[in-house]
Amino acid sequence: MSDTGYNYRVVRGFAFSALFWLVIGLVVGLWIAFEMFNPALNITPWLSFGRLRVVHTNGMGLGFSLAAIFAATYYMLQRLTRTPIAFPRLAQAHLYLFNTVLALGALSLFAGMNTTKEYAELEWPIDIGVVIFWVMFAINVFGTLIKRQEKQMYISLWYIIAMTVAIAILYIVNNLEVPISLFKSYTIYSGANDANVEWWYGHNVVGFIFTVPILAMFYYFLPKVSNLPIYSHRLSIVSFWSLNFAYLWTGAHHLMLSPLPEWLQTVAMGFSLFMIAPSWGSVVNGYYTLNGNWDQMRTNYLVKFFIAGITFYGLQTLQGPLQGLRTLSAFFHYTDWVPGHVHMGTMGWVTMIISASFYYMIPRIYDREIYSVKLANIHFWLMMVGQIVWTSAMWIAGIQQGAMWKATNPDGSLMYNFLDTVASLYPYYQIRFGAGVIFFVGILIFAWNLVMTVRQEQEPGKASPSIL
Amino acid sequence: MGITSKPVVFAILSAAVILIGTTVTVFIPLFMPSTQPVSAYIKPYTAVEQEGRDIYMREGCNNCHTQTVRPLRTEVLRYGEYSKPEEFAYDRPFLWGSKRTGPDLNRVGGKYPDSWHYTHFKRPQGMFEKSNMPPYFWLAKNRLDTSYSFKKTTVLGYGYTEAMVKQQLEEYRAKVADENYPSKESRTVVTPLELRKELTEMDALVAYVQKLGRDVKSIEKNQ
Repeated sequence: MSDTGYNYRVVRGFAFSALFWLVIGLVVGLWIAFEMFNPALNITPWLSFGRLRVVHTNGMGLGFSLAAIFAATYYMLQRLTRTPIAFPRLAQAHLYLFNTVLALGALSLFAGMNTTKEYAELEWPIDIGVVIFWVMFAINVFGTLIKRQEKQMYISLWYIIAMTVAIAILYIVNNLEVPISLFKSYTIYSGANDANVEWWYGHNVVGFIFTVPILAMFYYFLPKVSNLPIYSHRLSIVSFWSLNFAYLWTGAHHLMLSPLPEWLQTVAMGFSLFMIAPSWGSVVNGYYTLNGNWDQMRTNYLVKFFIAGITFYGLQTLQGPLQGLRTLSAFFHYTDWVPGHVHMGTMGWVTMIISASFYYMIPRIYDREIYSVKLANIHFWLMMVGQIVWTSAMWIAGIQQGAMWKATNPDGSLMYNFLDTVASLYPYYQIRFGAGVIFFVGILIFAWNLVMTVRQEQEPGKASPSIL
Repeated sequence: MGITSKPVVFAILSAAVILIGTTVTVFIPLFMPSTQPVSAYIKPYTAVEQEGRDIYMREGCNNCHTQTVRPLRTEVLRYGEYSKPEEFAYDRPFLWGSKRTGPDLNRVGGKYPDSWHYTHFKRPQGMFEKSNMPPYFWLAKNRLDTSYSFKKTTVLGYGYTEAMVKQQLEEYRAKVADENYPSKESRTVVTPLELRKELTEMDALVAYVQKLGRDVKSIEKNQ
């Protein structure tokens, strides 16, 4: 490998930060999953469900996913432009600031400093930290792109550009707030407007963190891993632009039958259905890439991560628009169906693709083989089983909950009081916790496998990594 | 495609494409009065209720409780009149929520006496054995911090003077500390001796919960 000159230090830093936040986020996740059927774990205010749930969502979304995205982006960016990072010191500062902001963010959420806007709960001083590290990141993305040696920008770079631009707009607009003190602020929007801005943000932050950069990884690493070119360049162009265009219209499908004006809900519903097309554009592109080479699902341990991941992305992008329809939302919204939906995306798609990208990336930047393919396979199956059991349990729970809320007696009165519906879900919550443990064991094996890859002895005769 | 060799142009075009939907569905509705109508029937929160709302937010109650009754038959049966947009004109932020691990709270105000809430917050399982709600007995052990109350109501545009805020706080303190407060017994059980004559965080939270849907209920009553 003629890698000399590429900066892999920051890639490594973000990759292992991602693993750290992943483990922390999952421990918190298991804790709150247990609290759902046994409130005894609400030991102190700091460990009560209402505070911990946001530590979990922020730890996974902002901590794990963003760190992994930064790691993969700094890697892909350099390889695809054949140019070292434009400002390596800035990138290193980005790494330190990111982890500082995340740690302070987690502490502040534990302490109850919380704006309550979903996935934007961090208070204003932390928001400023987020904006600063995002600007640092953007400077390096565009700096490197401008200095690039490779004329054409590959698909993955388009997705990285879209993420960089979109997240900046989303985060700033949704987090405009008036400070009361260092630890407290109020949003500038009120009521229905706040709801509309929040879910425009909430839906698209999922889009531009859990979809767009993960697609960038998919489009880069699948061809690398399988040694096959992407099936259709044209399809990827159409998918990219239509996804970018349509995503922003769909936020209000989170607000079906709420006091938000009906036209906004209906527009969101229509664009959500449209979103199936660009989403499946990428799914089809992935499947056809393997056309005639499906034996790689058996012979190439990483291909199955990518194919399983894009399959769950496909299912996710079908399920989402459907449950966003007004009639179906009336049944499913506010039930446990929704966490089931979210976790198919995060456990089945995001974590799957990030895992495989790390398995490809980490050995290469250390110039060695993966520690154990067998462990990677065990990790794959534990994630797969954990995720499917987790999400299925929540879908069934959601259907039951929705049906019980709506059930009426022949005289028209309600059949169940609310508490009956809660108590009837405990078996599903217990299954969910068990499934979470299975998934977590898979992740521990993943982390162990990467740590051992780094720590294992060099093969004799091979040069040590050029950059430390 | 020439554009894939021009990163800055590509970024500007991406931003433009992203801003089309944003403008139509977010920016324009922000300036349409019909998105968030205002009604004289809906009163802003008092300083105590606002402090209670901030505690509701701090403890992340919104993670398990919604505050929107949808216009569906069984939902109206269970909770009461469905939610109207004008009810939320003073809500910064909105607290509609996205998950009902516990019941909706938009019509909970006035449904139970204060004593019910003191007893329930203390240990929900004492009232409902199978409940999975966390206990909040410790809120009664915290003196309510009112040092920002005036600033908060000012920023939120409630139009209170500093004297009005002081008066609201004092009136509510006098109400719950009074010998004849109907919920005195259950309040006394959770509140430590040294705080019984003062406002606690639990007092404020109870005040807030009792405000939810109250204005709509009083319109109904008058009709």
